[in-house]
Parts: sequence; C-alpha cells; structure tokens
Amino acid sequence: MQPYNKHQSIAALMNRSNVDTDQIIPKQFLKKVERSGFGIHLFHDWRYNEDGSKNADFELNKPAFKGAKILVVGDNFGCGSSREHAPWAIEDYGFNTIISTSYADIFYNNCFKNSILPIIATKKQLADLMGEISANEGVSFTVDLEKQQLTTPAGNGFTFEIDPFRKENLAKGLDDIGLTLLQTDAIDQYEAKHKQNFPWLWA
Amino acid sequence: MKKTMYEKIWDSHFVVEAPGQAPLLYVDRHLMHEVTSPQAFEGLRLANRKVRNPHSILATMDHCVPTKDRDLPIADPIAKKQIETMADNCQENGLNLYDMKNPNNGVIHIVVPEHGFVHPGMIVVCGDSHTATHGAFGALAFGIGTSEVEHVMATQTLPQKKSKTMLIQIDGELSKYASAKDIALAITGKIGTAGGTGYVIEYAGEAITKLSMEGRMTLCNMAIEAGARAGLVAPDQKTYDYLKGREFVPSGENWDKALAYWKSLPTDKGAEYDTTITLNAANIEPQVTWGTSPEQVTGVTSIIPAPEDFDDEIKRQACENALNYMGLKAHTKITDIAVDLIFIGSCTNGRIEDFRIAADIAKGTKVADNVTAIAVPGSYHVKKQAEDEGLDKVFIDAGWEWRDPGCSMCLAMNGDELTVGQRSASTSNRNFEGRQGKGGRTHLVSPAMAAAAASAGHFVDIRNL
Ligand code: SF4
Repeated sequence: MQPYNKHQSIAALMNRSNVDTDQIIPKQFLKKVERSGFGIHLFHDWRYNEDGSKNADFELNKPAFKGAKILVVGDNFGCGSSREHAPWAIEDYGFNTIISTSYADIFYNNCFKNSILPIIATKKQLADLMGEISANEGVSFTVDLEKQQLTTPAGNGFTFEIDPFRKENLAKGLDDIGLTLLQTDAIDQYEAKHKQNFPWLWA
Repeated sequence: MKKTMYEKIWDSHFVVEAPGQAPLLYVDRHLMHEVTSPQAFEGLRLANRKVRNPHSILATMDHCVPTKDRDLPIADPIAKKQIETMADNCQENGLNLYDMKNPNNGVIHIVVPEHGFVHPGMIVVCGDSHTATHGAFGALAFGIGTSEVEHVMATQTLPQKKSKTMLIQIDGELSKYASAKDIALAITGKIGTAGGTGYVIEYAGEAITKLSMEGRMTLCNMAIEAGARAGLVAPDQKTYDYLKGREFVPSGENWDKALAYWKSLPTDKGAEYDTTITLNAANIEPQVTWGTSPEQVTGVTSIIPAPEDFDDEIKRQACENALNYMGLKAHTKITDIAVDLIFIGSCTNGRIEDFRIAADIAKGTKVADNVTAIAVPGSYHVKKQAEDEGLDKVFIDAGWEWRDPGCSMCLAMNGDELTVGQRSASTSNRNFEGRQGKGGRTHLVSPAMAAAAASAGHFVDIRNL
C-alpha cells in the first residue's frame, strides 16, 4: 500500500447526504475480477448522460475540481453494500481523502485498506468547509495525517480524531495481513484452545 | 461481570492484541460469493499465501446467475468469467462450493442456514453486508470488504474494534399479516439508515421470541439497513429445533456439548447496553417505502410526506430528491401507488415461509393487467419444498413467473431488472436509485404486501383482505 503523506490539494464538493455504494459504483461494474480500473465508473449514473457523454451538471465534472484529491461530502457516506469496489473506484479516480460527518461502518473500514483517509468532521466544521469551497471553487486544503490536522486558506481547518493503529498503518502503508501474520504463534495457540472448547467444530 | 451476548462472543473469540494494533478476533465461518471474492484470491496468489482453514468456508454463486434457462451458457461474457473464476478459485483451494447447477445452490444467506453451517456463538463473516442475517442464530455475523476476505482466508482472524451495543426491545403482538419485514422497515424508519452505525443490535422482547427462525433471519438481515453491522437474537428452543439434524450440525455427544454452550450465550440479566430502543409490535402496520432510502418508509394507511413535513434540512432535501426520482407527488395515498412489477425473493424474503404467505394471498387471484410478477426462490431447496407443497402451481395459475434461485432483481446484476421509470413492489432490502435497474423505482414491502399488489395493480392494506 501507498504510505499516506502530508499533501495540499484541491477539495471537491459534493453536497449530498446518504450517498450509498450503489451510487458510488453501480452494480453493472462489479462483475470484473480485477482490482483496478474502477475510477472511470465512479458515480457513473450521475456522472454520465444516457449517451455516455459527461453530465455537465454533476459536481465532480466541474473544471475547478479537476485533479482534486479531497472529496467533501454530506452525512452518512458509503452506506449500503460491503463492496470494496467503492473505495477502489474512489482511489482509482484520484481521491485519497474524504471529509464527512459520518460513514457507514464497512465503508469506513474499507477506506483504510486502500490508502484513503476518511476524516470525520462535526456538522459545523463540515458546513464551514462546504461554504469555503462554494465561495472559492478550486480551493486547496492541506491534510497532515501525522498531526491529525486539516488546514484551509480561510481558516476552517481543525484537528481530527483517528484510531492510533489505523493512523500508523495508513501513514506507513502497512499491509494488514503481514502485520497479523506476525501473530501466527498467538493464532496457533488460540486455535488449539478453540479445538478443546468447541470440539464439535473440528470433528 | 454481567455480559451481553455480544460481549460473550467477543471474549470467546479474542486472540491477541498486539501493541499499537487492533484486537484480533478468530473467525469460525467464512461465507463467499462470486462478486466480492475474486480480487481476494488474486491477492493471496500474488503474495504466495494459502487459505488457512478451507473447512471454515462455504461458497455459492448467486449474484450473477440467470434465474431462467440456466442450461444455456451465460450470455454476459464478464459475468461468465466471474462465475468461472469462482469455480477455479474454489477448486484450487479445496473449498466447498455450491455452483450454479448444484442442487444446494442459492443465495448465500439462504443456503448457509439450510445446511446448519452457522451455529449460535460463532463469528461469521462474508464479503456481503447482509451477512447480518445469521445473527438470527445468535452468531456474531457481519459483512466485510474484499481486503478483509483475503485477510480472513490467510489468517482466520480479523482486526476489530469493539462495537457499542443497542437493545431493540419489541413487545406486544404483531397484527395479522404484519411480519418481520415490517418490523425491520419500521425500525429503519424510526432510527434512520445511520441510526445503528457503530452498534451491534440485539433484538429482544415478546414479538421477537414469537418470530419463526425465518422471520428472525429477515429481521437480522436488515440490521445493516439501519446502519448496524450486525443484529443478534438470543438462541432458544426454536433455534435448536431448527438446527437439529442439519448437515453441519453436530450430533450425539457433540450435540450435547454444543447445546450446553449455546445455552450459555444469552445476555446476562442486568447486563447493560449502550442504547435501548423500544417499539410496540401492535403499532406496526404493513410498511411501504416511498423513497430512495430504506428509512423513507411509512405505514400502508399513510400518505407520502412532503419535503415541508421535515424539520431537518437534509431530510427535506432527501425527500424532494426521492419524490423526483420516484415520480411521486407528496401527499399521495400509499394505496394509490400503481406498480408495474412484483418481485418476491432475495436473502431478505426468499424463504419457504415467504412463499407460503404470498401464495396464500395469490391463491385464486390473477396478476393485474400490465403487471409482471416474478417469484424467485432463495435456493433450490426452497424451490423444491415450495413445489412439493404445490405453491408453484398457485403462482403460475395466478399468472406469476416461477424462477430458479438467485439474487435476481434484488440488485439486478444478472439481467433481471427494471427499465427506466418502471415501478416495483419488491421484497428485497434496498431501494437506492438504480438498485433494480437504472431509472427503476423500488418500493420495499413484505411478501404478503407484494402478493396483494400483484393482483390489485397497486398497494392494498392486506389486513382488509
Ligand atoms: S439477495 Fe440481494 S442483498 Fe441478498 S446477497 Fe443477493 S444481492 Fe445481496
């Protein structure tokens, strides 16, 4: 995984709440057996017109948001299915940071497996960020994971919370499976106990 | 210390907590389907890792499979490849797969209980959010992403953060034809799709105890629609009776040992939950969703709300967008909404009990003009049992299509889908924009409500039938 470094980049605004994973990546794109190439299908039904051309009314199609790495969205982002295709599409499109007041649990977890930092803001903080972007489309924010700090030109930044282990793994780009495999002895010991406690599962 | 059922299961599966890392929990059962697993197998291969415990896995094909003409090759080449990849991956790793032609095939969350693969007290995962279904057995069952699927295959564990606990206490008695589906929708309406975020829900109370195992599965299945990763119902005699004699359930001396363990699982008297919500089952009407989120739901005797009816700005906007997408006017009576397509099936309502209730209502009726009605059993076993009971004839005589099992119109990946502007009464679990086909309009209901709408051509209050 990519380590997550401090960066300054354009923040795109999508002022919609309860955006579900069916919108992030519609199911017709879930049939692929590869992990890459989902970016062009991100928000497909909103992003493209019937004839396949770009929908000029869709927020992310605004020229000012081109190249944005930060996505600012409404409450409860990523609800619905467990499909990791959603963060794959977000990451492949070019975002590495999302800012919202809340995320669905599975989606939140999935972000960390894909070098995406989902920042949790309060309602007020989010409203201020949205206001700043609306007033100045194309504005860049700075994200410093190390300091857990978001900074913006108009001073709407804040420090955000994140679990220490998630922070560490994201910052260093550590592979979860590799980390867990370091605990193989403990897993073996637990499994021996499991066989004793639940013999019917091993019969 | 007094513990909730969730805490007991957590404690008995705790492996280790390395410094600076999340606690690792041991996973007993891992369920799989074709859509969320291929990249996980690919990851294992690339890292040269092996499946740690192949016996913990049960796999099926359900999302992309056709529900008719199954003998013909799959027309969609990408779906075909996904199906073939699943078969190859399972074979290569020695996994138990119920492929498309297997008599055990069906939707993963229908098939797994049929074979007794999940027991009380287990930790169960699947790359699928409706894994919550298996909480009906008192197992901690939750959906995971594909990276986690790979993690579990390689290590049999998952790093987890402890959830908060929510008790949803439902006393009182459900009215005739109100069902577990209506309870699930009413809860989502009450607490919202983010209401359960960060929680594991335990359902308890008289109305829950009275539900059949099928009903409990329907209820727990939709815990995720209320934002909770998992729902739980304490195991009781109904659970044990359901499990006894099934393929993966122990027998003889091992049954006694397992039973003793299962009986120790229910929440201790006096244990505390982080949040408690109470509902009276007697007040739950048959529910119908009117919008594009499962929380946009109301009783069948109500009217569709107007944006102004909501104080919250976000809800107001969501209502406006939903009415727009759904092609509905505020303050229309629910019973005045005409439907084009009826779908009974999915892991929410694709079990035998669902088809019995629907057949009971469909019996002697005819599907209304301009309405298409399809019944898609959750598995071949459900299909066979329904046919043994003559339910297929009831549906066919009433003008329904009787299909082979699969996810079908629940997410419309297999070619069964709504066309733009078409309106469905569907027993599935999600009414998101485009879920059942681009531009399709979904109303979530119970099987009884769906069956009644088929002959009427619009929603009806089944309590008056
Ligand atoms: S029936 Fe629907 S919800 Fe259930 S597993 Fe299939 S697609 Fe998912």
